[in-house]
Amino acid sequence: MNILDKERKLKSLLTQLETMEDDILIVSIKQKIEDYKHTAMTNLTAWDRVLLARHQNRPTAKDYINYMCDSFIELHGDRLYRDDGSIIGGIGEIDGIVVTIIAEQKGKTVDENITRNFAMPHPEGYRKALRLMQQAEKFNRPIVTLIDTPGAYPGIGAEERGQGEAIAKNLYEMSHLKVPIIALVIGEGGSGGALALGVADQILMLENAIYSILSPEGYASILWKDASKASAAAESMKLTSYDLEELSIIDGIIKEPIGGAHYNPTQTFEKTKQTIIKELLALKSIKQSDLLQKRYQKYRKIGFFQRFNYDNLGGIKR
Amino acid sequence: MNELVKAFETRKKEAKKAKYLKVKQNYKHAVDVPKGLYEKCPKCKETVNMTHMKKTLFTCKHCNEHFRMRAVDRIRLTVDSGSFVEKGLGFITLNPLFNEGYDEKIKSYQERTKLDEAYIYGYGEILGNPCVIGVMDSYFLMGSMGSVVGEKVTKSFEYAIYKQLPIIIFTASGGARMQEGIFSLMQMAKTSAAVKQHSNQGLLYISVLTHPTTGGVTASFATLGDIILAEPGALIGFAGPRVIEQTINETLPEGFQRSEFLLEKGFIDQIVDRKEMKQTLSQLLHYHKKVMG
Ligand SMILES: [Zn+2]
Repeated sequence: MNILDKERKLKSLLTQLETMEDDILIVSIKQKIEDYKHTAMTNLTAWDRVLLARHQNRPTAKDYINYMCDSFIELHGDRLYRDDGSIIGGIGEIDGIVVTIIAEQKGKTVDENITRNFAMPHPEGYRKALRLMQQAEKFNRPIVTLIDTPGAYPGIGAEERGQGEAIAKNLYEMSHLKVPIIALVIGEGGSGGALALGVADQILMLENAIYSILSPEGYASILWKDASKASAAAESMKLTSYDLEELSIIDGIIKEPIGGAHYNPTQTFEKTKQTIIKELLALKSIKQSDLLQKRYQKYRKIGFFQRFNYDNLGGIKR
Repeated sequence: MNELVKAFETRKKEAKKAKYLKVKQNYKHAVDVPKGLYEKCPKCKETVNMTHMKKTLFTCKHCNEHFRMRAVDRIRLTVDSGSFVEKGLGFITLNPLFNEGYDEKIKSYQERTKLDEAYIYGYGEILGNPCVIGVMDSYFLMGSMGSVVGEKVTKSFEYAIYKQLPIIIFTASGGARMQEGIFSLMQMAKTSAAVKQHSNQGLLYISVLTHPTTGGVTASFATLGDIILAEPGALIGFAGPRVIEQTINETLPEGFQRSEFLLEKGFIDQIVDRKEMKQTLSQLLHYHKKVMG
């Protein structure tokens, strides 16, 4: 039984509750609901978290922005080709701190998903992001990115306009932007499409967000030649927030309510807001040269391998 | 995590026994491509004498199709004889996700290619011009970038900074290495940051895209060169053609994602024939020579 099945069971208990009139029964079923939440809906598997990260009702980037910012002005376009709806960007004020926010935006309806392209950006989306980040650098504004994408869009137009180059340029420039950057994965952190907004001083994840090199379905079909093994793939890929924190890839986790962020969005937004304020203040106090040095070292040290140092032998001739 | 440490220690012991340096010196000749003495060119279907491949620079003498090349051959054909000194030795690939069969896979590729990983780099001179040269080997697990390749690419940039030298990288890769999961993905950020460090020093980076260069390598250091060259007919792109076809549900046009297509779209500086490569590189290095004093 995965989390979605459990959610359905919870829903049926809740509908039972609505039709009930007997007070004693109500108390007992309320107790049953609480027990069910605490026993069945905690200790999630990696696959459960994949399902929650992609959940239909999961809050999207705009929901976070609306809650966290006292005010927000969206800025459009890459100045080269067009405005990409799958990435939104702009300037906002969080608790008195003016920041540039860049976010991958999923749609909530079919129509919105068409304009948002299911949050799968084209090169122009990444170039818009870079334009706004460089603008933030000019005006010494910290940057907050919200990551939620299945991946960069694989299509003819995207290739023609240099998807690879656009992503690479963001990684390259973000590694040396002179303002603090916080990246927060709120849902799906899909591969290079996510990383292109993910080079930061602090990388955070919501508890049920995922971050991986490709989808579990893709992993299972490429490495195991069987896409139906996606749930097993999710377990071994180390894509949950807890796995990634253990591997020191990310710096922190923002807890979600039982059942996922959509069970209590306001609580999730508030926690997120407080965490971001805290991190912004901490990063603002770091000297610029130290900040850049730290950011470089942060990525420099990622890798899992062993080495014997043969350098002192002077290398070998071929 | 304890399990990881245990696996780490096992690989360390094994690697101590393996003696990588010796394996490397046994290198003889190209693998894979020349299965027999004569092969059919995949493009023009003419018969090609595979024993003369080195003379023809691994191209078809009938249609000039550029075949894939091993990293070691590439270095021999590019740098002045005797000038290459390999750096960054002794790396051992590990299996962070405990992917079944991955350790064995690595070992079998190491035996077949006589390389420890899909990327080698070192110091070299091209017609007398000193540089750092790095080459990816697509015969090693499709030249995919895992922790070790990412680390070595990064180190090659750092070595170039240390020596204040220009760097040339020949890319050939299927992208990030899936078996190493998130660690592979992060190598994209690491290598791109290293390019930036090198660039900040005012040093030259020439990237040469060869067949095939896709995925995470295209989306990181491959497309960040000050000057980007490509070999004719090379497949270069972010998403693989099959993935695109599945997504948009139609077949792709002829020549899509090939070097000529990228040149037309404005993403590479020039397509350089293999015969001209050494000359072109040396000329570019010459233009960027730092005047002393
Ligand atoms: Zn031919």
